[in-house]
Amino acid sequence: MKRLISIIIIIALSQAYSFNALADSDGEIEISSKKNNQQVVKDCFESVNRGIFAFNQGLDKIVFEPLSRGYRKLPQPIRSGTSNVLNNLGNVVTIPNNVLQGQIKDAGVNSLRFLINSSLGIVGIFDVASYYGLEKRDKEDYGQTLGTWGVSEGCYFVLPVLGPTTVRDSIGSLANISGGDAWYNVTVVNDTQYFDEADYYLSRVLTGVDFRAKNLESFDSLEKTSIDLYASIRSLYLQDRQRKIKNIDLVTETMSDDDWEEID
Amino acid sequence: MKILRILLVIFISLFLNSISIAKDPSELINSIVNEASLILKSSDPVESKIIKLNDIAERSVDISGIGMYALGKHKKSMSEDEKTKYKKLFKSYFLKSFSSRLVDYTDPKINVVSQKKINEKYTIVNSILEATSKRPEVKIDWRIYTKNPDKPLIRDLIVEGLSLARTQKEEFNSVIQNNDGDLNALFKTLEEFLIK
Repeated sequence: MKRLISIIIIIALSQAYSFNALADSDGEIEISSKKNNQQVVKDCFESVNRGIFAFNQGLDKIVFEPLSRGYRKLPQPIRSGTSNVLNNLGNVVTIPNNVLQGQIKDAGVNSLRFLINSSLGIVGIFDVASYYGLEKRDKEDYGQTLGTWGVSEGCYFVLPVLGPTTVRDSIGSLANISGGDAWYNVTVVNDTQYFDEADYYLSRVLTGVDFRAKNLESFDSLEKTSIDLYASIRSLYLQDRQRKIKNIDLVTETMSDDDWEEID
Repeated sequence: MKILRILLVIFISLFLNSISIAKDPSELINSIVNEASLILKSSDPVESKIIKLNDIAERSVDISGIGMYALGKHKKSMSEDEKTKYKKLFKSYFLKSFSSRLVDYTDPKINVVSQKKINEKYTIVNSILEATSKRPEVKIDWRIYTKNPDKPLIRDLIVEGLSLARTQKEEFNSVIQNNDGDLNALFKTLEEFLIK
């Protein structure tokens, strides 16, 4: 039972970790409208999802938002250092996924960044690698890898505790706790004398708080101007995942102009 | 003295004119960003700032086009009366949400870095919202409608790769679909937003 609860918490926190954007109809929504390559994501169990979303919103108001506002009051160097440490830790998931996606150069750069920042950068507090010209690369996870291999999203759903996700991304998260995340392995799976489970959970919670703190104004603005916040967040989440899977910064390459043509 | 005054008026008119009819997409973004920045860092009361910001939006954004885009497939089933009502409602909704989003910023620094012409109708202008001590830098791309090259208009804002117009469209679609396809439900929701 304890193990099951741990797994559920880890999946939820992993979603928070990969959730770098805020994100039916008992029906379907389009996330790409290329006429000949239409991708459709179903929002399964929308009414249940909306209930969980409301619960998450309540939790955010009581726990995560106050925590994030408190975190925001810490001096900038402390926040930057924390963010750098968490980013550095993220490399242990990004590197294997670089390899699985055939991004060998990125895997090499990220490995070097991890080695340099973990040592010279004192467990990643300082981004020394960037100083040596090894610029930060995009994060990768197993959900993105499945996406690049052609696995479709499956249903969209919401997990308790910060969890917009899809079936594909949840399966990807399971890979983390099946040996795919070295940080999880040394903290939770293997009983080492240096780390324990608490370190893993702390890092996940901090990742969520760090992300929330960086987006306080964006989220406030979205809440203030949205007429259906649930739908807005779903849209943003799915767009963000699509962009990350395609590994491109330019939105023009993920968007079809067909959507706009009809209104010319 | 009178000549000087006339010259001054001509100069000011030319300056204002250059803002209102910027023809190059990057120039358009630069001019509205600078104009908005001056408004936001001024000591004017909030109401006055909102009026001025809305004026910029009405001149430089294709509000009607975004409104029709946001309706998606539902626009096909609209009567002319519904279209007229919707356009009016959407414009008020857009301006209210636009100004309330911006007015919280004191002096956002946005730098245009490049532009890419996609086709005859669209150019994407890439810009960066500078980092502050509170948040990291943000990439903002602007989708500019250039069908009329003499009057380019903004049709979408893409923040870190996330399209606000697409988000709006999916939000509206959700409201309509969750009310059995009833467009009046969207109208009612927009009206409720406006009186908040």
